[in-house]
Amino acid sequence: MLQIALTLVVFILAVIPMGRYMYHIAVKKKTFADPFFDRVDNRIYKVCRINRKGMNWKDYTLSLLMTNAVMVFVGYLVLRLQYILFLNPNHIEGMEPTLSFNTIISFMTNTNLQHYSGESGLSYLSQMLVIIFMMFTSAASGYAACMAFLRGLAGKSKDLGNFYEDMVRITTRILLPWSLIFGLILIWQGCPETFGGNITVNTITGKLQDFAMGPVAALEIIKHLGTNGGGFLGANSSTPFENPTIITNTIELISMMILPGACVLTFGKMCQDRKKEDKTAKEPLFGKQGRTIFAAMSVIFLIGLTICFVSEKAGNPVLDTAGISQDMGSMEGKEVRFGIDQSALFTTTTTSFTTGTVNNMHDTLTPLGGMVPLLHMMLNCVFGGKGVGLMNMLMYAILTVFICGLMVGRTPEYLGKKIEGKEMKLVALVLIIHPLLILGFSALALAVPAGLEGITNPGFHGLSQVLYEYSSSAANNGSGFEGLSDNTYFWNITAGLVMFFGRYIAIVAQLAIAGSLFAKKRTKASIGTMRTDNVVFTILLVFIVYIFAALTFFPALALGPVAEHLTLWY
Amino acid sequence: MKSFLKYLKSAVVLTVLMLVVCGFAYPAALTGLGQLFFPHQANGSLITADGKNTNDPEEAAGSAISGQDFSGDPRYFQGRISGVNYNTYTEEEKEDGTYAGVGSGGSNLAPSNEELKERAEKSVEEFLKQNPDVKKGDIPADLLTASGSGMDPHITPESARIQIPSIAEETGLSEEQLDKIVENNTEGKVLGVFGHDRVNVLKCNLDIAKAIGEI
Repeated sequence: MLQIALTLVVFILAVIPMGRYMYHIAVKKKTFADPFFDRVDNRIYKVCRINRKGMNWKDYTLSLLMTNAVMVFVGYLVLRLQYILFLNPNHIEGMEPTLSFNTIISFMTNTNLQHYSGESGLSYLSQMLVIIFMMFTSAASGYAACMAFLRGLAGKSKDLGNFYEDMVRITTRILLPWSLIFGLILIWQGCPETFGGNITVNTITGKLQDFAMGPVAALEIIKHLGTNGGGFLGANSSTPFENPTIITNTIELISMMILPGACVLTFGKMCQDRKKEDKTAKEPLFGKQGRTIFAAMSVIFLIGLTICFVSEKAGNPVLDTAGISQDMGSMEGKEVRFGIDQSALFTTTTTSFTTGTVNNMHDTLTPLGGMVPLLHMMLNCVFGGKGVGLMNMLMYAILTVFICGLMVGRTPEYLGKKIEGKEMKLVALVLIIHPLLILGFSALALAVPAGLEGITNPGFHGLSQVLYEYSSSAANNGSGFEGLSDNTYFWNITAGLVMFFGRYIAIVAQLAIAGSLFAKKRTKASIGTMRTDNVVFTILLVFIVYIFAALTFFPALALGPVAEHLTLWY
Repeated sequence: MKSFLKYLKSAVVLTVLMLVVCGFAYPAALTGLGQLFFPHQANGSLITADGKNTNDPEEAAGSAISGQDFSGDPRYFQGRISGVNYNTYTEEEKEDGTYAGVGSGGSNLAPSNEELKERAEKSVEEFLKQNPDVKKGDIPADLLTASGSGMDPHITPESARIQIPSIAEETGLSEEQLDKIVENNTEGKVLGVFGHDRVNVLKCNLDIAKAIGEI
């Protein structure tokens, strides 16, 4: 318990300076590292002839989509051709077309759902030029979209910013330096980092043992920092080579939490910025608007964490009957060095921050322990992935002011901008597309033999496996109930489509909202304006999120994890 | 059409830039730094049968941070159940395809799955046969459950202690000697708070092998 609390304290301590740094990067204020990075960036702009003109929302969206499309094309080629390219010491074959499709969509959309196993499916070149490359670029794309959104909603600038400039700045100023420093610490703790091939040793019992090697640490750190989540090895961060010690575990946890957390702080500071004219005033820690959002996310996170921890600690009654003491909790699928507490924390974090990395196997979680990650991916706004989680939460915030506005019969407004029909239609689209993808495709998978074949656990848990796969895809999370036999045409294609629509429909609609709000005049707050910077709003927001989730997902959850829990215990 | 080409050109430029910087230069730089400062860890933390660090796979008997399979040899401490048998195999198993190549993973059996119950009952029965002094219901939760990675190098101190009487009988070593071996290979919490006490199975077994003259 204590170690969970202390880890969260470390997170809060780390997110405050990072939020400040990130905000300064987003609005181009001075930072301590400017003398160095300005020189690097200017060289890049010059060599690549990047036009740094401000963009409107359509320009920004098209630039993002086009860049992602080109990256998908290049990555797909590398995956298909990896067997003839260099840096392939373990002689891996080329990847099958539907699996390549799934993989490339998965990494470009920041999902990192893996239907392949890293040890046997990818050459080192693919791990670098596809996986690591996309881990940087998909994270930077999400952040860029979020910054444009915030500039439209809260900022005082004249445009939404420049996409290419945002991509370069986030990569050189945050992602690369952090990855190099903490990547080196991961190596110190035991993560391999080599271009040499796999190793075979002779054991003292006269047998042989294989070890999968490669540039693990380089992938490992950006995998968490960019809330990507796809492991170098099949079993992801539960393996000792990806996550050897409690120190690496903590670094990985903080790395995946820090940037989504910092995005919220950036938002709060931007809102504050607009109000005060006095340039000398002190910069706020959170900003009033950011504080309510951060608090709402934290409340939902802590509720989930508690349920997951208590449920895992209670253990599995079936194993208890079989003669295995459950005093420690449910250890099936978990590692001794992490135990129940660090596993529950990691599981809740990876799905709340939609990273998708795992340090224990989610398929073997207790029913309610496994429901928490499932639910948090369905909510998709509890901090969420880099940038996009905040945008999703702001959708709920707009929905909240809209519903409350209707109750008192006033035109709803958020941050001084009137929320009208056009914005509400787009908000509704974003909020509905997510459950529609999850439930629609789950229904499809349960209706056709090709879908049913993937299920490996009988009974209610089988439904949980299907729901989990599509929730993970739609939320661009990427963790899995790994028992599912998902490397088939059906699962590769459907999950690929869900990831694609889950990412891009939401981003385009959200940028459109930003563009629409950006064009509106700001109204002065009056006595009748609903305040969005106090505790009441936080409570309302939490309730709206839970009510919306209950209305859409409760029947599915009742038939999956809840039913399994009841059969197990009663 | 003209604006399409404009977007395409910028997109290609950015893609090439990111490929070179993030996909190539960054991992190469980190590999260089890692190999320079921490060559032992960067190459898999391999150890020899005497427990010394080595970077040469020819000399190594395992990795200090990875588990190894000792099932079927009651003289050694048994680790946790592995979904991939710790990637440990014999020549024959490789030839007949029982060992399918290097991998990782857990059992992926749901808590409600009948197979899990059957596996647990079977392994409890086998364990009690090998360790007759242990009472059913006293077996710690980690010992007879599958780890997440299939490569878990550790068991809890309780799971090590519970195996000592049986190993003492099989090897002729005294229980005190084995206690000492377990103690020497127990790693504690970081700063007294983070993580859990754990025993490295491979290192214990290398010590046992040395004590009974196997190596």
